[in-house]
Amino acid sequence: MSTATHVPRVHAPRNYLNADYGWKSWLFTLDHKRIALLYLVSITFFFVVGGFFAMLMRIQLIEPSGAIVQPETYNKLFTLHGIIMVFFFLIPSIPAVLGNFLVPLMIGARDLAFPKLNLLSWYIYILGGMFTLYSALAGGVDTGWTFYTPYSSLYSNTQVTAVAIGVFITGFSSILTGLNFIVTIHKMRAPGLTWFRLPLFIWAMYATSVIMVLGTPVLAITLFLLALEHLLHVGIFSPSLGGDPLLFQHLFWFYSHPAVYIMILPAMGVVSEIIACFSRKRIFGYKIVCFSTIAIAVLGFFVWGHHMFVTGQSIYEGLIFSLLSFLVAIPSAIKVFNWTATLYKGSISYDAPMLYALGFIGLFTMGGLTGLFLASLATDVHLNGTYFVVAHFHYIMVGGAVMGYLGGLHFWWPKITGRKYPNGWAMIAAAVIFIGFNLTFFPQFVLGYLGMPRRYAFYPAEFQVLNVMSSAGATVMGVGYLIPLIYLIWSMRYGPPAEENPWGATGLEWKTASPPPTDNFKEIPIVTEEAYAYAPEEASGD
Amino acid sequence: MLRRRPAVTDAEAQAHSEHVGLMHQFEDLDQQLDTDTLGIWVFLVTEIMFFGGMFTAYVLYRGLYFMAFEGGSRILDVRLGATNTAVLIASSLTMVLSVRAAQTGNRRALIGFLIATMILGSVFLGIKGFEYHQKFVEHVVPGLDWAPEGATLAHIAPGGLGHAQMFFIFYFAMTGLHAIHMIIGMGLLLWLLVRAYRNRFTPHYFAPVEVVALYWHFVDIVWIFLFPLLYLIGGRY
Amino acid sequence: MAHHVVPQKTYVMVFLSLLVLTALTTGVAFIDLGPFNTVAALAIAFCKMSLVVYFFMHLRQSKGLVRIVALAGFFWFALLMGLTLNDYHTRNWTPTPQPWSVTAPPTHP
Repeated sequence: MSTATHVPRVHAPRNYLNADYGWKSWLFTLDHKRIALLYLVSITFFFVVGGFFAMLMRIQLIEPSGAIVQPETYNKLFTLHGIIMVFFFLIPSIPAVLGNFLVPLMIGARDLAFPKLNLLSWYIYILGGMFTLYSALAGGVDTGWTFYTPYSSLYSNTQVTAVAIGVFITGFSSILTGLNFIVTIHKMRAPGLTWFRLPLFIWAMYATSVIMVLGTPVLAITLFLLALEHLLHVGIFSPSLGGDPLLFQHLFWFYSHPAVYIMILPAMGVVSEIIACFSRKRIFGYKIVCFSTIAIAVLGFFVWGHHMFVTGQSIYEGLIFSLLSFLVAIPSAIKVFNWTATLYKGSISYDAPMLYALGFIGLFTMGGLTGLFLASLATDVHLNGTYFVVAHFHYIMVGGAVMGYLGGLHFWWPKITGRKYPNGWAMIAAAVIFIGFNLTFFPQFVLGYLGMPRRYAFYPAEFQVLNVMSSAGATVMGVGYLIPLIYLIWSMRYGPPAEENPWGATGLEWKTASPPPTDNFKEIPIVTEEAYAYAPEEASGD
Repeated sequence: MLRRRPAVTDAEAQAHSEHVGLMHQFEDLDQQLDTDTLGIWVFLVTEIMFFGGMFTAYVLYRGLYFMAFEGGSRILDVRLGATNTAVLIASSLTMVLSVRAAQTGNRRALIGFLIATMILGSVFLGIKGFEYHQKFVEHVVPGLDWAPEGATLAHIAPGGLGHAQMFFIFYFAMTGLHAIHMIIGMGLLLWLLVRAYRNRFTPHYFAPVEVVALYWHFVDIVWIFLFPLLYLIGGRY
Repeated sequence: MAHHVVPQKTYVMVFLSLLVLTALTTGVAFIDLGPFNTVAALAIAFCKMSLVVYFFMHLRQSKGLVRIVALAGFFWFALLMGLTLNDYHTRNWTPTPQPWSVTAPPTHP
């Protein structure tokens, strides 16, 4: 740990943080960087709330007949954990925090295309969050985050409408962010910055935004119809009036499957940036990675029925979805190969961002491979509705997306705050999180394979050892998440000031001050070199 | 930071026409117009997907319960529906003419066509409101007042009363969602009207008018499909 | 977006065409064409939409990117509708498995 330096504000050069003071300058800001920080605070809050629900669940599951919560309450816990983590943490996380901050900087622009829409996005997100928190406090929701009908629409007497409204509203935050990014990346790149000179993080943001824009509206209409059914007791999705519950599921998963690519593509973009920087090498097969990114975004829309293999949908439909689900694994695998090839003969350093990126590659690969078990019709019959599925998606969402998010935060923290954090503690935290994560979720693969169903408050006694391991792991992981919370906040006041480019990375964001001035660059840069132009003698071939 | 901008005189607008309305993140008004246009089209794609989900559900149930949908459609007033279609198409004409007026710097025409569009929009909403009222009178509002009787019942019962209710759910949901979009459109038109009155637009800076117009045309297109799908299902011969 | 100004006359012609098509679709609904009533209604609606998109929404003068965006929207809508309805379309293509007979024991050769 280096000596803490407290830099008095009055001597710091003019940047976006000290450009203006007072709550109005934050709540009415149009600066994309300040909006990114507004998001950072809000999503951290929701992460804690969602994590709190998870903690209660894991405590309940220590005993086969746990007495911590009633089964009805347990249903509400896993529902709200899912809703908050998916809609209020994972989906906004990297795009709204890192994307908002970095997209204009990385493309050499002074702001996003529509700064007012950007601020509106955040307010919409907060409004949606308030509806959801209200529903949690006013009795909760017990339908599962998937809201399957007719239970959610006709039978559940929990706050379904309130939470449907909350998620509906927040969807627009997503849509506006995606719209902003697509238009900005098309229209506001610096001179000389052609598409194939863009950082892979920008490609990832672009692909993610396409998914946000095409998928989220379908969730919106689905929730609208669900609320209509719940309020008026009519039968759009219920057999009692000739409705089909599977119609709800088709419409719901049309969005919610691509949603998982909204959660993972940004993390993949972050990983590309970090791997390149900490191997001092160009990303191997840059163009292929670009096309793979777009392929994942597009193919991701063709596979939603793999969530419905055992629901009674047409077998032929299931066949199509199974085949396409196998196909969508290919571009992801290509990326893993390309990152690995980048590492080969690279000059590798193991700073905290790199630890997260390496962790991502391993854990995402495991999560992705287990997805193939689920994509296969026959094995899915056995594994669907068990802890195998839970483990699979947590490997990708937590082992993948959250690691990517933390890695990105650590990589760009000096740029965002102008301060460095203690690398030793950061490396310890990364290790603790990695160990805690695997201890939590690996046993769940075994549990699922052995047949333990998901969303159950009780389980047969023979599963206890694995459940206790999982709960222990969750505690370790929770501690692991607390450590960065502490030192990152500490660094904002006591961390040593960061120079323009502390990691020696390529990219336009590193060619301006840390933290950047409000309008990003003294002069808009002109781009003449390829992305990842790391020193040629350290790179051995492509 | 968000701030109100002071009103601009005619002379000032002419003198600074390359800069009036230019936002700081753009190089010039051309880039801004291009960007705004792309932005609204991306938004309209989200609207296509939004209505698309509901159209998908509609197509499914129409296929499953065709007789019920036919019966329900029969008691809708085709004359009102057709009139509304013509009204909305006319409003699209006045809307695009208002864009043209802004493009040619014709402030009076711009204001006139915007007002005309708003009047036509109000006529549409008025007729819609009357139709909704009729449905309450006939007691065919699912969830709120569902008790069809007499001639109404005779028309819709053959396909099954439960499934007829499905038709009316979609009737209200689709036209209701469309009407909400129209109301938002009216709000946007009012905003344009105020800005046009304050002389904010120039032949180089009229992107907001074009953006609202594109939104308005989209809402018109949704109705172009709603009209045959709801009012003209068949059985009128 | 058009930097060149479209003549007023063009817009009026499009408007009149749209009115004619509206009258047409309404009129056709009063003639019994069987399943072709639906086909005709949709075809006419498509024509009206195309006129509005091409002329009123300036797609005629728009850049390629805007056209791709518009096309993508329709394609994705078609995907949503097509692949969802395909489920219902193909549901009865496979025979429903019959329950095993519980009274007759399996016969061995």
